[in-house]
Amino acid sequence: MTTIPKIRYSRRSMLKTGAAAAAASTLSAPMVWGQAIKDVTLRQFGTGVSNLNEVATKVKEDLGFTLEMTALDSDSVTQRAATQPDSFDIADIEYWICKKVWPTGNLQAMDTSKITNYDKIVGTFRSGKLTPESVIAQGTAPHTVGFTIGADGKEFVQEESGWMTLIPTIYNADTLGIRPDLIGRPIKNWSELLNPEFKGKASILDISSIGIMDMAMVVESMGEYKYPDKGNMTKEEIDMTLGIFTEAKKAGQFRAFWKSFDESVNLMASGEVVIQSMWSPAITAVRSQGIPCVYQPLEEGYRSWGGGLGLSASLSGIELDAAYEYINWYLSGWVGGFLMRQGYYSAVPETSKDFMTADEWGFWFEGKAAEGDITNPFGTVMEKAGAVRDGGSFYDRMGAVACWNAVMDENQYMVRKWNEFIAA
Amino acid sequence: MTSLKSRLSGNLNRHIMGWLMAMPMALVLLVFLMAPIVMITVVSFWGATEWSIYPAFQFDNYEFLLTSEVTYRVFLNTFKYALITWICTLLIGFTVAYFLAFHVRSLTWQIALFLLCTIPFWTSNIIRMISWIPFLGRNGLANSALISWGVIDEPVEWLLFSDFSVILAFVHLYTLFMVVPIFNTMMRIDKSLIEAAVDGGAKGWQVLWYVIIPLTKPGIMIGTIFVVTLVMGDFITVRFMSGSQSANVGRMIQNDIGLLQYPSASATAVILLITVLMVIGILLRFVDIRKEL
Repeated sequence: MTTIPKIRYSRRSMLKTGAAAAAASTLSAPMVWGQAIKDVTLRQFGTGVSNLNEVATKVKEDLGFTLEMTALDSDSVTQRAATQPDSFDIADIEYWICKKVWPTGNLQAMDTSKITNYDKIVGTFRSGKLTPESVIAQGTAPHTVGFTIGADGKEFVQEESGWMTLIPTIYNADTLGIRPDLIGRPIKNWSELLNPEFKGKASILDISSIGIMDMAMVVESMGEYKYPDKGNMTKEEIDMTLGIFTEAKKAGQFRAFWKSFDESVNLMASGEVVIQSMWSPAITAVRSQGIPCVYQPLEEGYRSWGGGLGLSASLSGIELDAAYEYINWYLSGWVGGFLMRQGYYSAVPETSKDFMTADEWGFWFEGKAAEGDITNPFGTVMEKAGAVRDGGSFYDRMGAVACWNAVMDENQYMVRKWNEFIAA
Repeated sequence: MTSLKSRLSGNLNRHIMGWLMAMPMALVLLVFLMAPIVMITVVSFWGATEWSIYPAFQFDNYEFLLTSEVTYRVFLNTFKYALITWICTLLIGFTVAYFLAFHVRSLTWQIALFLLCTIPFWTSNIIRMISWIPFLGRNGLANSALISWGVIDEPVEWLLFSDFSVILAFVHLYTLFMVVPIFNTMMRIDKSLIEAAVDGGAKGWQVLWYVIIPLTKPGIMIGTIFVVTLVMGDFITVRFMSGSQSANVGRMIQNDIGLLQYPSASATAVILLITVLMVIGILLRFVDIRKEL
């Protein structure tokens, strides 16, 4: 270990010197640091979905510095981002978590002029519209918490301000997972989750911000109520929604609730549950055990989520430059391809195309029938030739998003009610 | 005169020595036990927003806790788990200890069998707990065995993700905490007392009821304290074995922490602490452990 001078500006002094310092740090881009950057270690934490060791290995190979990954569940991620700002350099969090964590000032905004592929990021994360005709879905849509006024901005702004809170990395459209072999009939609506036919064989996830949205989709689908905004319920709406589910719980509708990815896979694979809220790679994990499992597109649309990378407010100097380099690398295609071959979407799909075969691109992105076997990045065969992705193409799926995972104004009330639901 | 003086200073020295010797332990307890409890109590009066906590002196957390019907339900559930687990571990623990202490005659065998009891403890308790899940599941070993024997036609659902599975896991995890102290007290029972009882004409059950059980009480009480406090403070067993469907106080605290509601979690922890201390206080009325140790 050679000793490298670590130049650390304090955040305050950076702000004081203002524009001059900002300009200086822009100029002092990679080449100034040269070899020194190789000794940088960035600590990233986030949910299991994108905290993959393969990414860290590739970073070492392509960029030279070390990336340490820690995978946690959503609650722990929120907790850590909000309470231990010095324990990480990069936070890989979801947009609804960002809404909660941003006001703490533990993250710093990113200058979009330093993001090479900024212009190629899909519209969902910039204007909020996937295509110019798209309707913006309910809930915490990423663009509503994606921008702020400046490097140290505390407020969100609705337009592309040049300062991003999170750089979008991966996202997907979620729906219910089912075991077609154990159900034996088509499933078309969210309301099936509470169908007494599946008594004792249904499950929902025990993460309040996500679970409440799944519940809202079910309640609307049952025709019980039409929310003006699912993503921002009133106290009465929260009571009503959880009331319906508490009743179902007491009637024995649910086999279990799950909190982590693995739990959902086990519940489904073991046949304990035949219909449940699920995440895309969990479906693939069940399927790769040779057990039929479908990520069922439903008439009411998808519940979507998006994640991004945020920078710790205490990052500065060479580490900050390394972080920008990392983010630019993240959007340059390799990671995108890696994640898209597991069923997620990349924020800059066109760069990922170069890192996928034409058949993979056709299957995962364009919704075309696979021409040969589709394997995941770890070499497991996911689908045989002829298979078509559940839900179809990128535009079919992301274009049918009905709501985003959300944090509501009445969040604290909702959380208390959620706890009562779990204890009921 | 001189002798008095030296005796005084000797007394004083002994006094200081005593204090000094107790000091390390006292410091450890102060820093690692008292300070955190004081801290938790202080924080329990603080306020919280969604992402931060702020110092205050308010009773909001306690008010919400003590006026919510859910709290009582959850505490009741916690007591239910503790009581049933206590009964099961006591019966099993006492039987195992009795067998080891009175039926196994050679010391070598006693030690060997006792060590055998501890083997499951060589793995983590989470693993021991989770290994029940594939066993008890709908298509698990238990159900397939019962079906193939023709005992049942349909898989039994209540084996997993139910109060049954929670208590089963508790009993499995904590019985040894009952065996050890009971075995320990039983080993110290003077065998001649039993001979005397038999000579006096006592039948087997009378020896058990009038001689062995009264003499084993301190062990039972220590085991009880272990089991009750462990069950009342648990959260992970309840979460996994009930499939998140049941709640006890520990889970309530865990949920609050997960949602960054530290003051509310602290308030719940304080109430739980008071409850457990009261339970132990009552237990100690029955047996003077200190006299027996």
